[in-house]
Amino acid sequence: MFPASFDYAKARSVADAVSILSSVEDAKLLAGGHSLLPLMKLRLASPSMLVDIGSLAELSYIEDKGDYVAIGSMTRHHDISWSRVLKSEIPLLPYVASQVGDPQVRHRGTIGGSISHGDGASDLPAAVLALDAKFVIVGPKGERIVPATEFFVGFLETVLSPDELLTEIRVPKFSGGWSFQKFNRRAQDWAIVGVAAVNDGGTRVSLVNMGPTPMRARAVEEALADGASIEAASLKASEGMDPPADLNASSQYRRHLAEVLVKRALTEAV
Amino acid sequence: MQITTVVNGKSFTKDVEPRTLLVHYVRDVLGLTGTNVGCDTSSCGACTILLNGESVKSCTVLAVQADGMELTTIEGMASDSALHPIQKAFHENHGLQCGYCTPGMIMATASFLKENPMPTEAEVREGLEGNLCRCTGYHNIVKSVLAAAEAMEGAVK
Amino acid sequence: MTVVETGSSERVIGKHLLRREDPALLTGEAKYVDDIWEQGALYMALLRSPLAHAKIVSVDVSEAKKMPGVIDVMSGRDLQGEWAAPMPCAWPVTQDMKNPPHYPLATDIVHYVGDAVAVVLASNKVSAVDALAAIDVNYEALPAVVDLEDAASDRILVHPSLGTNKSFVWKVEPDNDKVHEAFASAAHVVKNRYVQQRLIPSALEPRGVIAIPHPYGGEYTLFSSTQIPHILKIMLSMTVGISEAKLRVIAPAVGGAFGSKLNVYAEEVLALTLARKLGQPIRWTEERSENSLATIHGRGQLQDIELAADEQGKITAVRVNIIADMGGYLQLLTPGVPLLGGFLYHGLYDVPAYSFSCTGVFTNKTPTDAYRGAGRPEATYAIERSMDALAKKVGVDPAEIRRRNFIAPEKFPYSSAPGLIFDSGNYLPTLEMALEKVGYEELRKEQERRRSGNSRKHLGVGISSYVEMCGLAPSKVLGSLRYSAGGWESATVRILPTSKVQVVTGTSPHGQGHETSWSMIVADRLGISPDDIEVLHSDTAIAPYGLDTYGSRSLAVGGSAIYLATERVLDKAKLIAAHRLEVSVEDLQYKDGSFSVAGSPGKAFALSSVAFEAFTAHDLPEGIEPNLEATVSWDPPNFTFPFGTHVAVVEVDEETGATELLRYVSVDDVGNQINPMIVEGQIEGGIAQGVAQALYEEAIYDEFGNLLDTTFLEYLLPSAAEFPSFELASTVTPSPTNPLGVKGVGEAGCIASPPAVINAVVDALSVFGIDHIDMPASPQKVWTAIMSSQGSGRKVE
Repeated sequence: MFPASFDYAKARSVADAVSILSSVEDAKLLAGGHSLLPLMKLRLASPSMLVDIGSLAELSYIEDKGDYVAIGSMTRHHDISWSRVLKSEIPLLPYVASQVGDPQVRHRGTIGGSISHGDGASDLPAAVLALDAKFVIVGPKGERIVPATEFFVGFLETVLSPDELLTEIRVPKFSGGWSFQKFNRRAQDWAIVGVAAVNDGGTRVSLVNMGPTPMRARAVEEALADGASIEAASLKASEGMDPPADLNASSQYRRHLAEVLVKRALTEAV
Repeated sequence: MQITTVVNGKSFTKDVEPRTLLVHYVRDVLGLTGTNVGCDTSSCGACTILLNGESVKSCTVLAVQADGMELTTIEGMASDSALHPIQKAFHENHGLQCGYCTPGMIMATASFLKENPMPTEAEVREGLEGNLCRCTGYHNIVKSVLAAAEAMEGAVK
Repeated sequence: MTVVETGSSERVIGKHLLRREDPALLTGEAKYVDDIWEQGALYMALLRSPLAHAKIVSVDVSEAKKMPGVIDVMSGRDLQGEWAAPMPCAWPVTQDMKNPPHYPLATDIVHYVGDAVAVVLASNKVSAVDALAAIDVNYEALPAVVDLEDAASDRILVHPSLGTNKSFVWKVEPDNDKVHEAFASAAHVVKNRYVQQRLIPSALEPRGVIAIPHPYGGEYTLFSSTQIPHILKIMLSMTVGISEAKLRVIAPAVGGAFGSKLNVYAEEVLALTLARKLGQPIRWTEERSENSLATIHGRGQLQDIELAADEQGKITAVRVNIIADMGGYLQLLTPGVPLLGGFLYHGLYDVPAYSFSCTGVFTNKTPTDAYRGAGRPEATYAIERSMDALAKKVGVDPAEIRRRNFIAPEKFPYSSAPGLIFDSGNYLPTLEMALEKVGYEELRKEQERRRSGNSRKHLGVGISSYVEMCGLAPSKVLGSLRYSAGGWESATVRILPTSKVQVVTGTSPHGQGHETSWSMIVADRLGISPDDIEVLHSDTAIAPYGLDTYGSRSLAVGGSAIYLATERVLDKAKLIAAHRLEVSVEDLQYKDGSFSVAGSPGKAFALSSVAFEAFTAHDLPEGIEPNLEATVSWDPPNFTFPFGTHVAVVEVDEETGATELLRYVSVDDVGNQINPMIVEGQIEGGIAQGVAQALYEEAIYDEFGNLLDTTFLEYLLPSAAEFPSFELASTVTPSPTNPLGVKGVGEAGCIASPPAVINAVVDALSVFGIDHIDMPASPQKVWTAIMSSQGSGRKVE
């Protein structure tokens, strides 16, 4: 099994990538390829051109910036899961990265690729959502910064326009409890439901695979802010959610799992 | 498009179509057929090889993405007709039956043990989550990896 | 008790000898079909129906033919004149069995999603696949038959020309009056319906074939990823119309099969036919999603089983009615699969009255056929689930209900009610050993502690005792069951002039380690090193006779043939040695590769010298032919009946419905063991496959006949992370059926494990009053059962 034919360009810089993206119709960025290539092999995606940013070493870094950590978009899950800085400053993130796919996937997949793909079933987008991260986006008109809460728009849809490139993820440090609960049937699988929770004075909770995008569990957060018990707050886990149904779980079962996993996450984090 | 790779220590410069998958490059262009294809969805891990020393599923990497990189395939593991300690451990612990998943298992193990040289049984099981075997029930594969870890650690000392 | 004769002062049989197969497999040197380079081969790709049931209105291949690299594109109608016969079903289980004609490409109607409608030949793989999208097929959709009971109702017909969806009704009814009486007078009756979900065998190597014509010699070589090169050769010669003598079939390294490569497939017939038509080699390699659709599925049964028992829970009768899913067509052994279980629904229990009926129905789904265990896992699941139900009804522990019903050791050979003779058995010790090993009493206490402590993680312990029939099979019995072939196996043992030994076997290994085990049998008998013995197989030009590898038959039948051929060679060698030593044959002893004379220590003659003598033939005794070689075709007098007890320990999370397998203990008796390391490997792999059936795997179809889990993303083959290590033990009760005293081990693990796991899950859930969960016991299914048992998900106290 292999993709349909396409043209290929290796970007020499971020500017080069943006310039190719703006000049070629239906060109797509290729990062680690672990979201895009499977779709192309099944011929569910057939871009006319791939712009490979895999060799842009300048996009692969993890840097302590004082009150936040800056992560280059081409930083791999593997590097995030082994990062000392992240383990001490934002331990949720390396843990979540270590739960993505399997070791081979983590050796290729990148945080920027995963976030740009915007899959509501992916772990890292939900994690950065709970962490209130901000994204640096570069396009033909220059650079803009978008908070995670405004980035994910719909099913596999983000605020990125076709000629833009996510270059950096800025994740605020936090001190406090955290938890990531991933429920699946096989270790290598995507979450049937996942929950990321950060308790940093206030509590932020986000959900994996409970809607078309990664979702913040606002009802849970508000209930906790209003002094509700963990037990009571977690019953609000699926409020406002429209969870998908598939071979592993009905929407109803997902709603139930969200409640159970939010309760477990909060118990661990708070 | 022309790409240059160093495969099992030897440099190759070849023309490939952009859509050529790394596994097809290794198997069909270089003729190294030890790496197998077991699925279409990067689930089974049979095609696992080392790219710059780290395990990847070569069915989910384009050959052009590997331009300028070092590849190690199963053919590069044994040297001077002596099995690599991981291969030896699989042999001694009956860690294979039909052998189809084996090259991928061994390459995944090589990468895993580099990252975690003294793993527990549970860590081995998690570390091989991306490699499927239909024959062994994994029981002896796990034993093999633990034995390899011990042998290789011994070699280091 | 069978004593295997040895010529070795240190036994080779019984050793943990490492496998000689391994080095080539470990280094990538071994060649599977897709690894074989064939100059000038054309690549074949098949266009498959996206609809489960539809009329083919038209197939337009004109655009596809113009694509770059494409050599030819043909529809089913284009090839209609090429076949000598339809694809074979070798097991017409009844006189009136309905078997619609089945050709490699559909011509008028497609009968399942994946049914092939057109074939592309191209100069390379990429062009062949790209051209598929350019073929224009116009279908007229027809309603699909998916559900088994719906199929049996004949509401919609899969093959209207047959007038019914029922292919056959097959019964084992030795004495129905006795069964009726037993149920009429029973103190306890348990009646249950169980579902054997469809499974996708998922050998890790997809299928592949290369057909090579030798146009000037008029011969053909076919490489196939098959477990049956011999049967395939015969069947291909008949379906394609090529002289059997002109066809050579080779199974190179084969990456697992589990029954899924025990078949004659459309692609094999097509490749050979097109190689003949074009005079060029044709090759094809299956993709995983094709494998899910176009390689046979396993299981697929609805089982209604009733037990009648007396006050103490002693079973007096078993009555079974099953509907078995054939799929869209009958493949090689499709209808025979339920029969292989049809005699075993009373398990290893002493049951006087028995009745079994199976209705095979067509559906618009991928054909089913033999998948590891074939019929016996289904039977074992039904009876072992029923035993737990009976225990509950009688009010005794699941272990106790089994103790009360086991066939007693003194009853062997045991004549079963359905008409089999169980060769040997001693069942109770496997149960007691398994309980001891798992710490049964302590687990029950722990279970109670959790329950009284209101834990939401429930412990469950499940027992499964099993017997199976394998060592297929006595040819006469197969004949009486209307199977189209025999069950013998052939072996040649050849001592070469330089005293190296060649063993030629008709078995066809694909992971079982035959080369190692077969060399051990010969080494043990000849008292020589296994390293001096080569085992040749899986090539019909080298091993002309054979019936291949399936049904846990290879050691019991093929291994026995090798042992007997070795004996025969040794008998001949003895004549030559006696002649040269000028003593009578009776005075000769044989040990460790040398003949000696009792009482005359100096008088000896090495087997290696005999071999050279036999080769030069300068001085052979009168009437003795040159060369040292013997061929034996051995037909077993009976099946063999391995048995054992497995115990699964699970933890079920009440809140999520997730089941974790904590421990798995097995005690198996497979008779004598040639290589215990290989025996254990077979059992471990089997256990994992059965656990996968119990907890993970199912071929899921929607109401339109679409298979929803065609890749490993959706079809949940478990990984190492989903299993614990297994805890194995064995007892040894040799089989009197064959000279090695062996029983067979290929399928035992996956026969025993599904009911062990489900019994454990149900045991854990018994606090909720739940008495059954269908396989696979997915978290959602378990959670739903808990919810509907309570409404609230909280347990009853």
